[in-house]
Amino acid sequence: MQNNQTDYLLHLADTTLILSQRNSEWCGHGPILEQDIAITNISLDLLGQSRNFYQYAAQLITDSKKESGAKTPPLEGLGEVTEDSLAYLRTEREFKNLLLVELQNGDWGQTILRQFFFSQFQYLLFQQLQQSNDAQLAAIAAKAIKETTYHLRWSSEWVVRLGDGTDESHQHMLHAIDELWRYTGELFEAAEYETAMGIDLAAVKQIWTEKVTAVFDEATLPVPENSFMQPGGKKGVHTEQLGYILTELQYMQRTYPNSNW
Amino acid sequence: MPVQDFEELFQYKIDQETKIEPKDWMPDAYRKTNIRQISQHAHSEIVGMLPEGNWISRAPSLKRKAILMAKVQDEAGHGLYLYCAAETLGMSREQMIDDLHSGKAKYSSIFNYPTLTWADMGAIGWLVDGAAILNQVMLCRTSYGPYARAMVRICKEESFHQRQGFESLLVLSKGTAEQKAMCQDAINRWWWPSLMMFGPKDSESTNSDQSMKWKIKRKTNDELRQQFVDMAVEQVKLLGMTLPDPHLKWNAERGHYDFGEIDWNEFWNVVKGNGPCNKQRLAARRKAHEEGKWVREAAAAHAEKRKKPHPDSYRDPKGGALAAA
Repeated sequence: MQNNQTDYLLHLADTTLILSQRNSEWCGHGPILEQDIAITNISLDLLGQSRNFYQYAAQLITDSKKESGAKTPPLEGLGEVTEDSLAYLRTEREFKNLLLVELQNGDWGQTILRQFFFSQFQYLLFQQLQQSNDAQLAAIAAKAIKETTYHLRWSSEWVVRLGDGTDESHQHMLHAIDELWRYTGELFEAAEYETAMGIDLAAVKQIWTEKVTAVFDEATLPVPENSFMQPGGKKGVHTEQLGYILTELQYMQRTYPNSNW
Repeated sequence: MPVQDFEELFQYKIDQETKIEPKDWMPDAYRKTNIRQISQHAHSEIVGMLPEGNWISRAPSLKRKAILMAKVQDEAGHGLYLYCAAETLGMSREQMIDDLHSGKAKYSSIFNYPTLTWADMGAIGWLVDGAAILNQVMLCRTSYGPYARAMVRICKEESFHQRQGFESLLVLSKGTAEQKAMCQDAINRWWWPSLMMFGPKDSESTNSDQSMKWKIKRKTNDELRQQFVDMAVEQVKLLGMTLPDPHLKWNAERGHYDFGEIDWNEFWNVVKGNGPCNKQRLAARRKAHEEGKWVREAAAAHAEKRKKPHPDSYRDPKGGALAAA
C-alpha cells in the first residue's frame, strides 16, 4: 500500500511538473502578451501542485524509512528525500508522468489542445480525489481544483476560438488533434498503483469524452474515431523527449551535487 | 487661446505639481517624449523576459523555479500596464511593437547581455532591478499621470524582485567554493552594464534638460548613477564579494563613493546593436510575433463571428438582432 501510495503521488507530481516545464517554454514567446501571462500562470499553478505532491511523497518515504528499519524502503539511495531530490535526482525510467505532457509543445494550437485534454481530465480526477480517504491528498486536490477550473475554462475557450476562427486556425487544430489524440488513451488506462488507490478512471473517461465532444462540436472540430492509443508513461516507458527534458531540468543539481540554492 | 498661452498654462500645471492627464492639452514634444520613454520602458520589460526566461527550465530547485517564473511573469504584467499607459497618448500597442521589431524603438541595452550561469539570475535581481528601481522610484512622481500611476504599482513588485535577487546571491555566497565563484563572476559581469543603465553622462545626454523642466525626469543620469554606486558598495559587503572597480573609494568631501570610468565605447556599441545578444533578442521577439499571427487573427475572427447574430437564431421583433441590423 505504501509503495502504491507514493508511486501514485509521484505519478501526479511528475505529470504536473513536466507539463509545467513544457508550458513554461512559452514564457516570453507567446502569441500575445496577455496569453503569455496566462500560460505562465498555468505553469506556475502546475508547478505549485507538483510541489505539494512531491512534498507529501517525500514525507511518506521519509516516515517509511524510519519505520522499516532494515527493510528496503522505496527509492533507496537518494539520501535525504525532499521535493527536490524527487524531482531532480530520479531518472527517465523512474518518472511516471503521462506521455501527453512530455510531448513537444508544437504550435500554440497544440499547446492549447494538450492543456484542454489534460485540464478536463485533471478536473474530473481532482473531483474524485477530493473525496479520497487520504486526507492530505484530498486537501491538495481541493486546493488545486480551483486552479484547474480556470485552466479548463481558459483552454476550452481557446480550443473553440481556434477551431472556429479562421480556415488557417482550423487546420492548425486538425493537425494538433492528429498529433495528440493517440496519447489520450493513457489517461484512462489504470496503472497498478491507480487500481490499488481505488481511482475510478472508467467514470472519468465517460464524462471526459462527453465534455471533449461538446467542446469539439462548438469548435467545429471532429472527434477522432477510435484509433491506436499509446501507453507507457505511467509505467516509466517514455518517449525520446523525456530524457532531454530531464537533462535541462536536472542540470544544476547533477552538476553541483549537495549544494543549497 | 493662442498656443503660447496653452504652453504657459501647461508649464504652470507642471510647476504646481498637477499631473498631466490624457485629455489635457500638451506640447507635441511632451507627448512624443513620453511615448518614446514609456514604450521604450514597456519594450524593456518584454525583452527583459528573455535573459531570465533562459533559466526557467534549468532553475536549481523547485522553489527557485517558481520564484523565477513568477518574476518573469510580473515583467510581462509591467509591460502590459506600460503599453496601456503609452496608448493613452494616442499610439496603438501594435504600432509600438512594430517599431520595436523594425529597430526604430529602443529597449534597455542591459538585456543584450547573456545570462551565462544561474548566479546571473541573482545578479540581475540585485543589480539590474536595483538600478531600475532608482529610476522607477523617481518616475512614480513623473508629471504624466498614467505613467506615474503605472510606476507606483511596478515599483512595489520590483523592490520585491530586488530583495529576492539579493537573497539568492546571499545563499550562493554562503555555499560551496563553486557557488561563491559563480556569484563573484556574475557580479563582475553585470556591474558595469548596470552602471550603464543610467544612460550617458549628463554632459552628453541630449534629452535631459527639457525632460527635467517638464518633470518627466526629476534626477539626472549622473545623480541616479551615484546613488546606485553608494548603495551597492554597502550591500556587496553583506555578500562578502567585491565590485570589479579598483577606483571605488569613499570621498569624504563629496560624501559619495568615487568610481572608475565607464567604457563608453562599449555602451554606444551595444546601443547601436552590437551587443552580445542584440540580434538574438530581437529575433526572438519577431519570431514570437510572426508565429502568433494566425492565433491573433483567429481570435479576432472568432470574436467577430460571435458578435454577429447567427442566421438561424431567433429574432426578437422588439429589438435584439433585428433592431441592431
